[in-house]
Amino acid sequence: MGELIIKNGFVFDPLQGVKGDRMDIGIKDGKIVETTALANPKAIDAAGMTVMAGGVDIHSHVVGPKVNVGRLFRPEDKLFKSPHKSPTCNRMEMGFSVPSTFKTGYDYARMGYVFVNEAAMPPLHSPHVHEEIRDTPIIDNAAMPVFGNNWFTLDYLKNNEIENNAAYTAWLLRATRGFAIKVVNPGGTEAWGWGLNCDNIHDPVPYFDITPAEIVKGLIETNEFLGLPHSMHLHCNNLGNPGNYTDTLDSFKLAEGYTPKNNFGRDQVMHVTHVQFCSYGGDSWRNVESRADKIMDYVNSHENITIDMGQVTLDETTTMTADGPFEHHLRALNNLKWANTDVELETAAGVVPYIYSPTVKVCTIQWAIGLELALYAKDPMRTFITTDHPNAGPFTRYPRVIKWLMSRAARDETMKTFKWLDRTIESTTIDSIDRELTLYEIAQMTRAGPAKALGISNIYGGLAPGMDADVAIYALNPEDMPSDPEMIENAFSRCAYLIKDGVVTVKGGEVVSEPAKRTVWVDVKVPENAQVQRDIYEHFLRHYSVGVENYKLFEEHLHNPRVIEVDSTQ
Amino acid sequence: MKTVTITLANPPELYLEGQNITPDNFAGKKAAEIATLDVWEGKMKSPLGKYFTVEGEGGATAAETKIIVRGDCTRVKRIGQQMTAGEIVIESNADMYIGGWMKGGKIHVKGNVDSFCGIGMEGGELIVDGKAGCHLGSSPRGEWRGMQGGLIRVAGDVGSDTATFINGGTIIIGGDADIHVSTHGEGGTVIIKGNAKARVGGQMVKGDIYVYGTIENPLPGFKLVGEVEQEVDGETALFAHYIGDLGERHPVSKGKTVYANIYTRI
Repeated sequence: MGELIIKNGFVFDPLQGVKGDRMDIGIKDGKIVETTALANPKAIDAAGMTVMAGGVDIHSHVVGPKVNVGRLFRPEDKLFKSPHKSPTCNRMEMGFSVPSTFKTGYDYARMGYVFVNEAAMPPLHSPHVHEEIRDTPIIDNAAMPVFGNNWFTLDYLKNNEIENNAAYTAWLLRATRGFAIKVVNPGGTEAWGWGLNCDNIHDPVPYFDITPAEIVKGLIETNEFLGLPHSMHLHCNNLGNPGNYTDTLDSFKLAEGYTPKNNFGRDQVMHVTHVQFCSYGGDSWRNVESRADKIMDYVNSHENITIDMGQVTLDETTTMTADGPFEHHLRALNNLKWANTDVELETAAGVVPYIYSPTVKVCTIQWAIGLELALYAKDPMRTFITTDHPNAGPFTRYPRVIKWLMSRAARDETMKTFKWLDRTIESTTIDSIDRELTLYEIAQMTRAGPAKALGISNIYGGLAPGMDADVAIYALNPEDMPSDPEMIENAFSRCAYLIKDGVVTVKGGEVVSEPAKRTVWVDVKVPENAQVQRDIYEHFLRHYSVGVENYKLFEEHLHNPRVIEVDSTQ
Repeated sequence: MKTVTITLANPPELYLEGQNITPDNFAGKKAAEIATLDVWEGKMKSPLGKYFTVEGEGGATAAETKIIVRGDCTRVKRIGQQMTAGEIVIESNADMYIGGWMKGGKIHVKGNVDSFCGIGMEGGELIVDGKAGCHLGSSPRGEWRGMQGGLIRVAGDVGSDTATFINGGTIIIGGDADIHVSTHGEGGTVIIKGNAKARVGGQMVKGDIYVYGTIENPLPGFKLVGEVEQEVDGETALFAHYIGDLGERHPVSKGKTVYANIYTRI
């Protein structure tokens, strides 16, 4: 691999505290190096442009069975919405809210992203997840297996056997080549098997007789016992219902008293995802209102929590989550098609199309809540930009979210299209917020912050020598920002350059090469645990539809792995 | 109104994708420019002029443009797709997707058409002198927002799955209809002047179906509620009135539950 130098750009690297200084970035053999280490580099002129590390997405549903169900049952999502094959790409692209694997990879690259964390991997279906990871070009992927409704986890945590749960967690991360502990509607999805739900964190799970609160605390303890790179990653109970902000605050409080223990520079013990869906006041859809201020008061004053937005983008999209009861509830609201599945001892999932319309009051309130979360954030290193792709909107709208966050005028322009503008302003505080985020804060929310929270900030999300040479260059001059906010969206939609692993991947917004992508997973060393081994053997014998040896991911499913090793025996 | 006459001089070996043959695309263009518009034979893209001779020129707007299509177009698809105004006359048979996603204007086919014609239609008129295939005036696959408006009139028989997810507009069928009429319908009207086979109005929430002949296998989800005299397509007749589909959800409007209606002529 050759040498590159990116000259004269305005560099934003929050991990090093670089705030728009004019700097040169050196690249050699796929890594960032000091410019003095270069002998005869090819130069990229970034004068008058913004230079950031490649983007890092902490929560996005891009691969796996429920994403594929979304693709299969929404052919209309492709009709007239699929571009003709780009002459510079290897594969054709399809779809809008649930794009094909190829379009997913290309579109992330066009926006300057290099790492995407798949938000929910049903462990039983990990081969499917990994096959789709292989077929998603360019971007590095990790995938989080879901634990919050897993029978093993529920059994161990009920008896407070953290060490056993940790051994099982390590085994499952290896069996599925997973990255972190994902928790979706803890207990509630299992209760859905009985046609029930866990509406708050003290609502016990049928049969298992354990509460969501105990599951969450147990998984935080397990996570810190193992010292994983990422923290426990939580999708709250009672998501998407009016008045649920108190349940969300209750969930936040479960993290109190815990401190992170890891060697990866992570400072939080709980990441709470798509908080927009969890910040509702009122007691019905008639009087639903924003409680983003209360939520952010808590987040701002508690350093062991990180969140992401789950911003509603006002598009027609496809919702998909392992929160089975929620999807059933949604289907009853909009009467559209619904797919639902149960995954044996582990989890469930549902998929429903949804239209977030600027003419519907609830949708525009949701839009405002998402933005409030980011605009109230005192520490942008702990609040990240997501759309919970594709639940609140497709990831291809990140540039639009950035535009809204960076420009009050852009927010006003969008609000003009609202049918229920007065009601939206009454029910939220969006109209009283003048804050406009800076490019440095955007870099914090889209690369440095997520990379730190994922525990991969030694590889991704920054531009320090030794890190992966993933660099995004945007045609935005911080000293002469465009007066038209549309230009911000355009610049972030199609980056001027993306360099991935030292290879020029995107140029002028077009994908020009497809460097090898990786699968990032976490291999944890734990002491031999005979009881857990026996439990696994027994459960598979009695309850699973597959044998344990067929369950564990075969090596040939794993594409170009990058292993993060953790030794918890020390 | 200006007229463009295109004549199929070199018929394609495969089927031809002719979605560019619309008044919208022809408007403001001279014959030579129209001949350069793209058509696809399989995956091969070619200019229209490779297959058709072009005479005349388009009007200033789509509304002022009339297209006459000559030659045997049995293997030409998608004529008039997404058109918004103007007129197309096809003097022979045509293949699938004629007038698909049409928003306005008028298409007159003097022969038969194949399946998916008038699919996703929002407005305008599609007149077929012969027969039509399946999925006439239906919704595209997966789509729950079917025909929104406009008029489809087929003189002969039609295939199965007519008017799936119909939301509005009118379909008038001179002959018989095969199975599945107005499945999942939430509005609109389908008039069948011949006989219908089976599964008429399945999962229908709202909207009307008239059958002049008989329904071979009526659905049990529809209930006879009486007899009514109605004027349909210019003639008045007495109909047996059924409501349904009782297995489906039904909206309530002004305190009254709204049902779909099937009328069969007595």
